[in-house]
Amino acid sequence: MSDAILTVEHLTMRFGGLLAVNDLSFEARRGEITAVIGPNGAGKTTVFNCITGFYKPTQGRISLATEGEPIYLERLPDFRIAAEAKVARTFQNIRLFSGMTVLENLLVAQHNRLMKASNWTLGGILGLPGYRRAERAAIDRARYWLDRIGLLDRADDPAGDLSYGPQRLLEIARTMCTEPVVLCLDEPAAGLNPRESQDLATLLRFIRNEHGTSLLLIEHDMSVVMDVSDHVVVLDYGTKISDGAPQEVKADPKVIAAYLGVPDDEVDVVEAEIGL
Amino acid sequence: MASEAKSFDIAGAVKDAAFAGLVALGVFGPLVGFNTVPNMQNRLVLETRWGLLAIIVGLVVVGRFLLSVWQAARAGHVATVRAPLSPAIRKALPPGALVALIVYPAMILALTGGSGALKWIDNFGIQILIYVMLAWGLNIVVGLAGLLDLGYVAFYAVGAYSYALLATQVIPATFPQLGVWAFWICLPVAGLLAALWGVILGFPVLRLRGDYLAIVTLAFGEIIRLVLINWKEFSNGYEGISSIPRPTFFGIPFNASSSGFSATFGLEFSPVYRTVFLYYVILAMALLTAWVSLRLRKLPVGRAWEALREDEIACRSLGINTVNTKLTAFAVGAMFGGFAGSFFAARQGFISPESFTFMESAVILAIVVLGGMGSLLGTAFAAVAMIGGTELLRELEWMKLIFGPTFDPTQYRMLLFGLAMVAIMIWKPRGFVGTRTPSVFLKESRAISSSHVKEGHG
Repeated sequence: MSDAILTVEHLTMRFGGLLAVNDLSFEARRGEITAVIGPNGAGKTTVFNCITGFYKPTQGRISLATEGEPIYLERLPDFRIAAEAKVARTFQNIRLFSGMTVLENLLVAQHNRLMKASNWTLGGILGLPGYRRAERAAIDRARYWLDRIGLLDRADDPAGDLSYGPQRLLEIARTMCTEPVVLCLDEPAAGLNPRESQDLATLLRFIRNEHGTSLLLIEHDMSVVMDVSDHVVVLDYGTKISDGAPQEVKADPKVIAAYLGVPDDEVDVVEAEIGL
Repeated sequence: MASEAKSFDIAGAVKDAAFAGLVALGVFGPLVGFNTVPNMQNRLVLETRWGLLAIIVGLVVVGRFLLSVWQAARAGHVATVRAPLSPAIRKALPPGALVALIVYPAMILALTGGSGALKWIDNFGIQILIYVMLAWGLNIVVGLAGLLDLGYVAFYAVGAYSYALLATQVIPATFPQLGVWAFWICLPVAGLLAALWGVILGFPVLRLRGDYLAIVTLAFGEIIRLVLINWKEFSNGYEGISSIPRPTFFGIPFNASSSGFSATFGLEFSPVYRTVFLYYVILAMALLTAWVSLRLRKLPVGRAWEALREDEIACRSLGINTVNTKLTAFAVGAMFGGFAGSFFAARQGFISPESFTFMESAVILAIVVLGGMGSLLGTAFAAVAMIGGTELLRELEWMKLIFGPTFDPTQYRMLLFGLAMVAIMIWKPRGFVGTRTPSVFLKESRAISSSHVKEGHG
């Protein structure tokens, strides 16, 4: 078993009177795919938004293990989480730059590196060789990922012209161009057909195995979750109800109750059983 | 529109036209048909103008009928997205336009023989180029970064007043011997001051988006103007600043003295040299703006601006500092506004707050929107159409032949101008250039249709 890369401790998120996430603690381990699942409204996306800085948690600590001191993500603004802590994310509703080409999308993702190479625009505007070299390297990296997701032929098409499945893959490739340590995917398989889900699973395993990126994903598609994850965390009403290997979680009566519900006359029995 | 209706329905179109005529009669009947005029005893009497009414109603009927014909003709075609110009023309256009711009003053001088040339070089040439430059500057903010800025004129004013105050007060008091170089020293300073003000405005307001940002920038434009009006010790209020030093030919003034431009180069004195020189100065400044914005677009910062216009949240998720990115867009746009303002002050020799009203911001923004899609070429054409068009509308004397000698065409200038804008926005809702050119490509550069490109939301 490997060590934890991302540790969430006592995370609580309140929106006015609504308790979206309640005292949640879990770990995502280095080089593993961790899935966060749960019924609709369980607070999965809220957890994601807290990790990636789009929400400031009401309470709790999110720490990212690094070689030196751990980075506490709840203290950083969202763009610095992506730029400095290298925790990148995708979105449930795809957020591509639809009016820009596929290639441009991947270059925007390498903004910080290119910005540095262009001496914060000054060297770039004068056409210094350092920037040109960096841009070529950036295009090569984009080419590598396009080849990987099978979109090399469409590099010069607007991203908005792609169909849904390729858009999902492009969004993942775009985040990978930021070279993240932890990649958070918000429902990557939503709206994909079974074949596209297969391709996605292959891509996710490739990212884990070849790039050593740890993945954290929210998913509804159980076949994908059971297929790719090394570790599953189940949320319901903002609380963790189960945590473990996919097979253990699948058999957990609390999980079954949360997903399928129980007959009315058995509610008391089941609640007593699972200690609610 | 019924897609299978291939044969043209004449009866329907006639009915439609007749109905439109009826509505026009109802609307214009009381408004145009009757006119109250004072008679000899200074009493108001009712006069009828059935002839004029008939002309207007007739125009509506015919217009509506032609519109039906046109719509029917268009329904037969399959709507296709295509570039407005063929690739060959597109490629040849910028160098062609550049050559035309460079030879323009010589051409005008040759055509008019010197006497009428001033008007054509000054009112059309310089005036249009100032707006081209302003529009290219604003294009960085609105067209690329998608931030709606309704107060761009503020930076124009900052540039103009920076030059005016530095050249009339600071330089004579400190380095009077540098007086002839005033323009060339103050030009960069004015640009930097405007950029500074862009950042000062940007910091508090860039957390706002869309309509809210637009309103705050509008207010900023008004605040600058009101400060200039009311802070009399600083800006001399409504009276403005006069006798601003004019630009020199790199140290040689344009005057009739023995050390002036004409004497130095052994030419007969004429005010036309200064105008021609100013023309080339603003042309060079506009081209610099174009070069910088083309260059920036291909750099990470320019790509980040466009990405910001497309999706700000996605930008942040990729580690882009959106506040800094917006600020650079504001600052660079403001800087070019400041350069243009400084040139404006030097060309006029006199500035007052009257020159920096909201109307100016609106015109510049209209040029950018009309140009479309952050395209430099489209914006330049829009500037020619808007500024050249309004200037041409001053020359409407021929309309007196149609509407009689009491008709004052200059009063209808803005009306015609507005009508033309409405027509263009219906015809080309995303501006003259309806496609976006990618900043980088792997195999071939393909234009991106306007349906994908977002306008930005603040």
